Amino acid sequence: MISKDYTILAPEGIHARPATALVRLVKKFKSGISLQKGEKTIQLNSMLNILALSTKGGDQVSVLIDGEDEEEAASAIDVFFTEHLTTPDHT
Amino acid sequence: MTTTKESTRIEGIGVSPGIALGQAFVIRREAAVATGIRVNNAMEVADEIGYFDKAVSRSVAEVEALIAELANRGTDDGLDILETQIEFLTDPQLRGDTVQKIEQELKTAHDALMEVTDALVQLFLRMDDAYMQARHADIRDAGDRILRHLSGSPHTQRVYPQGCIIIADDLSPSDTIALDLTLVAGFATQTGGRMSHAAIVAKARGIPAVAGCGTALNGVDDGDFVVLDGLAGQVLVCPDAETIGIYREKQAHFAEQMALLRSLRDLPAVTGDGCAVELLANISEPDDLDQVIENGGEGVGLLRTELLFMGRDALPDEDEQFAFYQEIALKAGKRPVTIRTIDIGGDKEAPYLGLPKEENPFLGYRAIRICLDRTDIFKTQLRAILRASAFGNFKIMFPMIGSVQEVRAAKAMMQQVRVELENDGIAFDAGMQAGIMIEIPAAAVIADLLAKEVDFFSIGTNDLIQYTLAVDRMNDQVAPLYDGFHPAVLRLIARVIEEANRAGVPVSMCGELAGDPLATRLLLGMGLRAFSMSAVSIPWIKQQVRETTLADAQYVFEAIRGLDTAGEIRDFCKNN
Repeated sequence: MISKDYTILAPEGIHARPATALVRLVKKFKSGISLQKGEKTIQLNSMLNILALSTKGGDQVSVLIDGEDEEEAASAIDVFFTEHLTTPDHT
Repeated sequence: MTTTKESTRIEGIGVSPGIALGQAFVIRREAAVATGIRVNNAMEVADEIGYFDKAVSRSVAEVEALIAELANRGTDDGLDILETQIEFLTDPQLRGDTVQKIEQELKTAHDALMEVTDALVQLFLRMDDAYMQARHADIRDAGDRILRHLSGSPHTQRVYPQGCIIIADDLSPSDTIALDLTLVAGFATQTGGRMSHAAIVAKARGIPAVAGCGTALNGVDDGDFVVLDGLAGQVLVCPDAETIGIYREKQAHFAEQMALLRSLRDLPAVTGDGCAVELLANISEPDDLDQVIENGGEGVGLLRTELLFMGRDALPDEDEQFAFYQEIALKAGKRPVTIRTIDIGGDKEAPYLGLPKEENPFLGYRAIRICLDRTDIFKTQLRAILRASAFGNFKIMFPMIGSVQEVRAAKAMMQQVRVELENDGIAFDAGMQAGIMIEIPAAAVIADLLAKEVDFFSIGTNDLIQYTLAVDRMNDQVAPLYDGFHPAVLRLIARVIEEANRAGVPVSMCGELAGDPLATRLLLGMGLRAFSMSAVSIPWIKQQVRETTLADAQYVFEAIRGLDTAGEIRDFCKNN
């Protein structure tokens, strides 16, 4: 099992657009992948659950990955978080 | 129209500015109704689950066809929404909950899905974030699409008359995408708000829209003549000829303003002879930043923080304040943001502070005077602002400064908070500048002394005018005496700018005078190079800056020195 912490810095938090891309990424892997925010943990394969978590800019989250392809999944998800969620939008 | 209907005015939320006039086209949603049918045995349960899965795959195919159609039309407007809808349609939680209801409560796929969708819609409607609340419409939309396939009712294609104004309960994301927006002059919806799809699409396309009109909208019939004011958030049903005339004029004025905005937005605010001027905006909350950027603002010259403290029962704690400032920092990015510490007291009340009623609240216990006394409130705010400064480009500004010792006390307090943060190992911007508002005449008079203490000045003209002229502009009987062009006010402003420039302290103006096009040349002539105003004023001031030269501005300033009254000065600015 792999666990990694992130601080969301995208000003909008995890909105529908990145959530769609994230769900699609997660579905490519066999591992169980979940997202933890505070006391709540949700499966990352569900758009409804990601949005219901209402993650905003500044929130701390952890990604938990468990399964045969966890190494691969963790690095793909790390790239996704770095590119889309943990960089403030400095446009 | 066959009957003469009484004129009515419906109030809603203006979600996309502009004026539209046209005939109503009414869309009423037919809500799904539960069948109440029970399934009898395991085989029927399996059948129902099968129907559900089939309806989902048909729905997905339908959305994929829509995506292909978008590609054919050569647009990707709405593509995001459709891609997201596929994820809602195939969501494992949606299927899991529905299947559970079929298996355990023996409901049909139709009824089970209806209940699951309703519960999800309620869940999202109760969320505290406006964006997430608005997602209820996406979930409803996905649920309705599957339900249509379960009940076998085909999707109806509507025909919209040219130039119509759509009147609806709410427009689903799918409705919005399917609309041929070239035919639509405006939208009015019963529900929804700034974050709903109809609002976002309307805004992106420059179509006036009003949301949240409530059930009053039921009184509008197909073909009624309707006027929609997307800025004021009003819908006028069957207005009289005179009203129509007024709104046609407003429509023309708005079009002119938009044209000006478009032509100036990406041009720099530079005078004819090459002097760059900084145009900033005054805001109160994170969402206001969108308008700042749209109007070509380079940053925020005044972030009021009163909104955090008003309309509630208790003080906001450090974390709540931090979240507010951090959201601003992240949204503003590299743009500078000047945060004013709380300016409560005066006419801005916060009952939970238990402040005594005063005879003269504007001359009483307010702003920095409260902060230097109730240091708990002040230090909490300073800590939250400093913590958030690590995420953006912040400056801090103290209001209602009347003396040098107040500045020193406020800065000492800030220094204390910085040491505490350092000791706690919490990040902040150590280089964050600290400045003051010049809004009390005393501060204007001792600008030379204050300049030695601070990193910048911001002239607050609203209070400066009221205190200099001893006029309460909320009092109708004396309001006409309130005038920013009074020679006394202009002399004070000129003095502040001159002393700031002499000391090399940056000076800006954040009062209403900064957004008055009539004053722009005069202020430039005095040496002002940074103006902060409501976002919508920026294009007008930019136009003034670009059409003048420093030489011309200085000439205006020299010339008005010889004039005796506010009226004469205004006339000179108008006519020269």
